[in-house]
Amino acid sequence: MTLYTKDHEWIRIDGNMATIGISQYAQAQLGDVVYVELPETGKAIDKGKEAAVVESVKAASEVYAPIAGTVFEVNAALTDNPALVNEDPEGEGWFVRLHVPQGTDTGDLMDEATYKAFLETL
Amino acid sequence: MLNDQGRPTRPEGAAPAEGTPAATPWTFTGNRALRVEEPLIFEIGRAETTGVDLPAPDGLAPRLGRLARKAAPDLPGLTEPEAMRHYVRLSRSNYSIDTGLYPLGSCTMKHNPRLNEKMARLPGFSDVHPLQPVSTVPGALDVIADLGGWLCRLTGMDAVAMSPKAGAHGELCGMMAIKAAIRARGETRNVVLVPESAHGTNPATAALIGMTVRDVPARADGTVDVEAVKALLGPDVAAIMLTNPNTCGIFEPEVAAIAEAVHAAGAYFYADGANFNAIVGKVRPGDLGVDAMHINLHKTFSTPHGGGGPGAGPVVLSSRLAPFAPLPFIRLDAGRPVLVETEAGTAPGETPFGRMTAFHGQMGMFTRALAYMLSHGTDGLRQASEDAVLAANYVRAGLADLMTLPFPDHPSMHEVLFDDGFLKETGITTLDFAKAMIDEGYHPMTMYFPLVVHGAMLIEPTESESKASLDLFVATLRDLVLSAKRGETERFTQAPRFAPRRRLDETRAARSPKLRWEKPKPWTAAEAAE
Amino acid sequence: MRYHPLTATDRAEMLARIGVPAIDALFADVPADKLLTDLIDLPRMRGELEVERLMGRMAAKNVPASSVPFFVGAGAYKHHVPATVDHLIQRSEFLTSYTPYQPEITQGTLQYLFEFQTQVAELTGMEVANASMYDGSTATGEAVLMAHRLTRRNKAVVSGGLHPQYRAVVETLSDMAEDRVQALPPDPLGTEDILAAIDRDTSCVVVQSPSFYGHLIDLAPIAEKAHACGALLIAVFTEVVSLGLIEPPGRQGADIVVGEGQSIGNALGFGGPYVGLMATRQKFLRQMPGRLCGETVDAENRRGFVLTLSTREQHIRRDKATSNICTNSGLCCLAFTIHMTLLGSAGLERLARLNHEAAIKLADALGRVPGVQVLNDGFFNEFTLRVPGDAAAVIERLAERGILGGLAVSRLEPGRGLDDLIVVAATEVNTDEDRAAYAEALAAVI
Repeated sequence: MTLYTKDHEWIRIDGNMATIGISQYAQAQLGDVVYVELPETGKAIDKGKEAAVVESVKAASEVYAPIAGTVFEVNAALTDNPALVNEDPEGEGWFVRLHVPQGTDTGDLMDEATYKAFLETL
Repeated sequence: MLNDQGRPTRPEGAAPAEGTPAATPWTFTGNRALRVEEPLIFEIGRAETTGVDLPAPDGLAPRLGRLARKAAPDLPGLTEPEAMRHYVRLSRSNYSIDTGLYPLGSCTMKHNPRLNEKMARLPGFSDVHPLQPVSTVPGALDVIADLGGWLCRLTGMDAVAMSPKAGAHGELCGMMAIKAAIRARGETRNVVLVPESAHGTNPATAALIGMTVRDVPARADGTVDVEAVKALLGPDVAAIMLTNPNTCGIFEPEVAAIAEAVHAAGAYFYADGANFNAIVGKVRPGDLGVDAMHINLHKTFSTPHGGGGPGAGPVVLSSRLAPFAPLPFIRLDAGRPVLVETEAGTAPGETPFGRMTAFHGQMGMFTRALAYMLSHGTDGLRQASEDAVLAANYVRAGLADLMTLPFPDHPSMHEVLFDDGFLKETGITTLDFAKAMIDEGYHPMTMYFPLVVHGAMLIEPTESESKASLDLFVATLRDLVLSAKRGETERFTQAPRFAPRRRLDETRAARSPKLRWEKPKPWTAAEAAE
Repeated sequence: MRYHPLTATDRAEMLARIGVPAIDALFADVPADKLLTDLIDLPRMRGELEVERLMGRMAAKNVPASSVPFFVGAGAYKHHVPATVDHLIQRSEFLTSYTPYQPEITQGTLQYLFEFQTQVAELTGMEVANASMYDGSTATGEAVLMAHRLTRRNKAVVSGGLHPQYRAVVETLSDMAEDRVQALPPDPLGTEDILAAIDRDTSCVVVQSPSFYGHLIDLAPIAEKAHACGALLIAVFTEVVSLGLIEPPGRQGADIVVGEGQSIGNALGFGGPYVGLMATRQKFLRQMPGRLCGETVDAENRRGFVLTLSTREQHIRRDKATSNICTNSGLCCLAFTIHMTLLGSAGLERLARLNHEAAIKLADALGRVPGVQVLNDGFFNEFTLRVPGDAAAVIERLAERGILGGLAVSRLEPGRGLDDLIVVAATEVNTDEDRAAYAEALAAVI
């Protein structure tokens, strides 16, 4: 199941592995993504701290980790082809896989329906 | 995380395919009468060509040890007629103040008097070395001392650091002086308060010297609330950085109270002087409690912007910060200027925090700014500020019924801020609107800054425009607004159509940066045969 | 006034249109007790003629370099600049244009920036160059900060051959940013062992070649040691003409090259404005400060240029920017690129050779003066003299005889036991007569 934050990150948790990216809405707001700065593998990231930076021509935005974890893998394909973030933000355009503790609390994250309703309020 | 000012950065739709027919009629050369396409120097120059006739060397044995260059750099040369044509043609695809109204808010594109250029080129100024004996340059020291004196008088401040090379460099200098003063008190304050509407240089400067930025929220009327500042002040706060008039073009009404609160908390008041041109001769920053303020000589005192520099950013300082002014500085000894270049030359009470740059600052800008001040005089400088404010408010009065003013409750100073509210439902963005101005022969206003309003359009007409020029500008913008509201979308989304270039693909430039010319790869035999 | 188009009638009409009785109504937000009622006590406006008289008088008190035998260098150099350069940079469309934020109507500026970047990269032997910095000294400071970001370390090792004022700029910036600097003592003989100072804490090594004292420094072994320790080599030059004859730092292993470009196209101007050059490796591009111009196409697929990668910069990145720099040295960079284009490789090499030969002749002439010693074996167009007694007094006595003979090192390095040293520069503007006059005067004053 995909969960969302108010900052427009998405996260999918599978066992103790969590994949993070930015939402369809976020990519549309940013415009053409030209560069993605990814963390080093093995780096521990606290909840709410910077996991990556995504840049369009005119803006640079931090991508925050929705939950705490250790960087297991980054999407190297984004380095050569940052346009993936625009083309398939919630699929091929993922940013980071985090190793997360089992049973991490995700109570403050939104499911898809709640996130859609949240977008309506913006 | 979102910066919601994102906007299209490549032409509508996909990038055009190779060989897409141009929208404008065909010519063999691609030229359009006076508009001539100009290749890069690397495409027209030749390695053996030079446009400088130098005598032949004597052929002495070099004394370069093992470090003689092994291969010559690949730099094609042009003869004088070729070079002249190349650069004159390039110049003709530039917009400039001398060719039209240049209403870039916050940038102050006013007329650049040519007398200033002439004065800067006097050999006694342009052909003196910064390290030739001081006894051979008393007139150069006079210029620095005189200009510094004018700046202190006009701002009501005690001292001035002349060496910073540009506005942002001046900010850095002022903030370093503040850090030095805090250290001298044995304190470690490291928080800087910065309003959301500030220039990006403010937070960048604070971060550069290891300070943490705390945002001050803007009030609904575009000004800073003294109570909001008070709530953020504490023993960890080193300074507030405040632009006044602010970037919304409004004079901060509570500035004196803010200064008082900041001082009471043991912090310093850094003023971003980018907009000093609105208030010269009307109010002195020193009277408002400012401790440090940089002055962009290229804005307020009209040294030419030169396509992006060089600028100059002297910093005026209050008596609390004056002792920390960096090297070099000029001390007046019985009215005679003395240049202090090293710690060894300092007198008791002078504790410079270090040095910002080699030599003495932007002398070429000092001579121009001084010529500007001597020409204007105290009366002309005040008139310039008043006319700048008058022009901005006149433009505002001419457009307020059609465009949207986010902050209607305050008079504008030298620039007027609109937002994109009036374009709602038209499908036209601030960017489109700006590009349509290009087709009408105007440089666009500042767009998308400040960030505190959506789709910002910041117009600074300056005192250099005649009433007729302002009237035509207002009429043009009115026509554009009405056209947008009538749904003539293409006039905007396809603009500019008459400029040397249509919209450029900034996405492509950023995704695969090409930052220098590369020799084309030689054709393969197979390609050549085709 | 000649610069103000509005007439009294215009002003009255405009106030009426705005709907206020007087101009001060527009200054209503200024606290009433702070609004000035009288003119500030300074002189009134003047016509052109009067201003020319005033400024002409000040200018006349100075001794221009062209009027005397002139041998001062130490970071700024007297060269001949072709007349074309100053004519072209005064074209309205260059002089009175702003930063090219609207690329459709500023292709002129953008194209010359692209050409400039290519020239600087080629000269320094590096992959990419930016669109210029304020000057050589501030570019050096920025290079150190850039190296700290890249290595995530914060100690700079600074050679004793670096210009003392460049060193002071690096020290000030580092002190304020709470970074560390290990500055080696002044190195007038060019014999320091900088390799020993590089360790695994070192972020970068800052080395100037030709050094402040004129020595040519072999950068390759320094680069090798730096890289072995995970540090970067920052190569600095103050005389860009030297690159016409000397192996470029990029081919000696430098990671960041910075320097002063004043010599090409720009006047001495008592120290500014000048043009800082900065170049680096492609892989370090994202951490490079300053503006960058890049090639792209427009909606009709025509080649064009834009400012690019600006997400590194302060107006977008704010407190996370690579630097607080907001401008480059546009017009000085234009002067540089025009002069360089006129020279081309052939002209640059000849100019460099003339400078080198001028220095050889001068060194030989001064070295023959009894009591005077030239400290350099190798040099480009600048070297160090040891004179008997106080060098500052020697320079002063030479000036009294109408010869500007160089820089007494003690002026920039007081109290460091360098009181008998003079840094001397020779360029293509010096004649045989100039050199003979210098040697004769030197013999007379020591």
